[in-house]
Amino acid sequence: MDLAALIIADSRFPGGGHVHSGGIEEAVVRKLVVSERDLPAFLLSRLRTAGALAATFAAAAAHATTREVRSGHWRRLDAEFDARTPSQAQRAASRAQGRGTARAGRVAWPSPALSDLLGECPRPHHPIVLGVLVGVPHDAAMAAAYLAVSGPASAAVRLLGLDPFQVNAVVARLAEPMREVCAHAADVAGHDPATLPAPSSPGLDLFAEAHAAQHEEEVRLFAS
Amino acid sequence: MRVEHGHGHGHHHQVDFDPTATAPDHHDATPHAGRAYRIGIGGPVGSGKTALTAALCRALGDELELAVVTNDIYTTEDADFLRKAGVLAPERIEAVQTGACPHTAIRDDITANLDAVERLEEKFPGLDLVIIESGGDNLTAVFSRGLADSQIFVVDVAGGDKVPRKGGPGVTTADLLVINKTDIAHLVGADMTVMTSDAHRMRGDLPVIAQSLVDTPDAPAVAAWVRSLLPTRTR
Ligand SMILES: Nc1nc2c(ncn2[C@@H]2O[C@H](COP(=O)(O)OP(=O)(O)O)[C@@H](O)[C@H]2O)c(=O)[nH]1
Ligand SMILES: [Mg+2]
Repeated sequence: MDLAALIIADSRFPGGGHVHSGGIEEAVVRKLVVSERDLPAFLLSRLRTAGALAATFAAAAAHATTREVRSGHWRRLDAEFDARTPSQAQRAASRAQGRGTARAGRVAWPSPALSDLLGECPRPHHPIVLGVLVGVPHDAAMAAAYLAVSGPASAAVRLLGLDPFQVNAVVARLAEPMREVCAHAADVAGHDPATLPAPSSPGLDLFAEAHAAQHEEEVRLFAS
Repeated sequence: MRVEHGHGHGHHHQVDFDPTATAPDHHDATPHAGRAYRIGIGGPVGSGKTALTAALCRALGDELELAVVTNDIYTTEDADFLRKAGVLAPERIEAVQTGACPHTAIRDDITANLDAVERLEEKFPGLDLVIIESGGDNLTAVFSRGLADSQIFVVDVAGGDKVPRKGGPGVTTADLLVINKTDIAHLVGADMTVMTSDAHRMRGDLPVIAQSLVDTPDAPAVAAWVRSLLPTRTR
């Protein structure tokens, strides 16, 4: 695995990921996740939906850096991610992390592809920036899929005081489905953006909307 | 589509969720706004960070273009206080969520705070000063130099007169140490002579200001220190 992918997947990477819970704060407030036992189902479904979408677009963006793409490609890829992300709150969370990742990426890994992307989309979606920075489709997919579950897992530890060893083991047991998700993302990475898969989770979309709406009235510790 | 959620607190919130409103997001190029001077205010919970922020807004609001970013763990608490205090227009206050890790948000991963600062700089071109109040934390919390140009660490006499002696990066390295609430020193049995001399001993040449926002609500000594940092302006 490329070092860039490891650095970006590291929770110490200063790209703003630590203030996002991937919907688990809302699930915790609603008492849908109360203990370590509830985590595998939440994380697995997140991996197969939002995680698979992120992995797919990260791989596609990485693939695009390895071939000649027409001007406007990044904008199209970004718009296709919009089309697959109906919740405004989810899009805002993705763009916030994309912007943070780009800010860190411009310093660590400047490249013509990154400049092209930011020229066409000043605030690109997170998986697309990630893919451009990593540049290797399968590695980019792995980093995106891992972040899709490691973020909520560590948020759950902070929100519920869960046993970090149990939570770490839950994440480790996602290895097989994560391999499947990433293999598929890498397989379709070179396809036309419009034909990329569109896995989605209406539940997570609604959680994200509720999180944003309720933050006005009640305390939410995470931005999403 | 309208969905109503109950979530165990006995009240309901409506979630607006209209998939037809989901055209691709706009990509307006970000205007490159000038960069404001950024001062971080850190220190333990309850030491008087928000009160000092409000005092500085009162003292400097007429002479400087000001904005504030708050990081309170109960995110909007400090922002609400500042809005109610009426010392700054509400749109000049941004509240940041720190994912239950206030020190991470000012030191290790400053993304959310930088985003908030940049939003303010874009909204108010020509901003002179942004004050970033950290969520209350322990004595080891400091602002990254990537976020704050200068930082103030606020402790109070109620925390005990041994606090400066304990040191920690906040006390020893902040550009200014404020020992707040001197008006109640006699009530909590804090010896101000000990506190200030310990503080000077721990900090070498770095400045220390002992103050009470009850006695001097406009924090004149701290405001003068802030003025001394900013480039002179012609208005
Ligand atoms: N007696 C006294 N109380 C103060 C002073 N400064 C702040 N306070 C009070 O201390 C409490 C905590 O202040 P706050 O600014 O919210 O602390 P923060 O958590 O550091 O932001 C509030 O009730 C303030 O009114 C002071 O100089 N003297
Ligand atoms: Mg405060």
